[in-house]
Amino acid sequence: MASHSSTAMNLSTGAEPVDPTAFYDATGEHHPEGSTMLGFWLYLMSDCLIFAALFATYAVVGRNYAAGPSPKDLFDLPLVALNTSMLLFSSITYGFAMLEMERGYLARCQLWLAVTGLFGIAFVGLELYEFHHLIHEGATPQRSAFLSAFFTLVGTHGLHVSLGIVWLVILMVQVHRRGLVAENKRRLLCLSMFWHFLDVVWIGVFTFVYLMGVLQ
Amino acid sequence: MSAASNARQPHGHGAHPHDAAHGDHGGSHGSFKGYMTGFVLSVILTAIPFILVMGDVLGNDRLTGLVIMGFAVVQIVVHMIYFLHMNTKSEGGWTILALIFTLTLVIITLTGSLWVMYHLNTNMMPMHMNMR
Repeated sequence: MASHSSTAMNLSTGAEPVDPTAFYDATGEHHPEGSTMLGFWLYLMSDCLIFAALFATYAVVGRNYAAGPSPKDLFDLPLVALNTSMLLFSSITYGFAMLEMERGYLARCQLWLAVTGLFGIAFVGLELYEFHHLIHEGATPQRSAFLSAFFTLVGTHGLHVSLGIVWLVILMVQVHRRGLVAENKRRLLCLSMFWHFLDVVWIGVFTFVYLMGVLQ
Repeated sequence: MSAASNARQPHGHGAHPHDAAHGDHGGSHGSFKGYMTGFVLSVILTAIPFILVMGDVLGNDRLTGLVIMGFAVVQIVVHMIYFLHMNTKSEGGWTILALIFTLTLVIITLTGSLWVMYHLNTNMMPMHMNMR
């Protein structure tokens, strides 16, 4: 035990001038940003599992209408197509904001972020309109297992987008106050991943819930 | 003896991701061309499924379902590459590893739930089968 620790000490003190500097210096250059990105990616993957569970729930109970309305009666595909385009446009405008950020144009970056936020608000607004319409028709979450699963899945996605908009507004204030400093760039990159990830989830929603729902 | 080999292992391990991390840094934020390519592809890949379903082009619900599922998978890959800038080298390969692990769990969750619940339905609720 004692000899083990002493050899370890010897090893570390002996190697200190050469080995640790070579190791720490090389990684230290990239590490802070890199580890944040990887950590955020892992969060997104765990979020992905939440959506997987909700998709699985919908897949299992999605046809249990309890003699209530079916997707064919309820879903308005032109509205869903409009909603989808809003999210798709917001993805590309966020991409433009990131490009302007990389080039250091603060005002243009803010402009594209604002446009992204407006598309996001349009998306949430259309979704709330749809929900309001459904509930008004009596297709409430309590009506059937299908509707419970539908509102949970689509509502969770909508909640993510809403929180993304809140995050976007906060970041716009931060960028306005502090400029495009390294911390803000890192935060904008995280939100970029979050935003594009939500678009990926929406591909699953419009295909699996809306389009397949109308087919059945 | 074992302490020495233990001490060496983190070093050998640490050198690998660091080498790969250098390469990804330049291209990880994408380019205008990359974003536009992704956008045009996703517009096409979104529009076709909507047209297929709304216009009932194929005339066969089951076939249409399979086709639009295929389009969704392709579009997800397009988004991953052009918008999320996924590649095998970013973060020394850890992001792709996490993605593969997550996809495995997602597939197990989805197929497992459907499989188990389908058998529960067929074995325990014969009334349900008669109605279909």
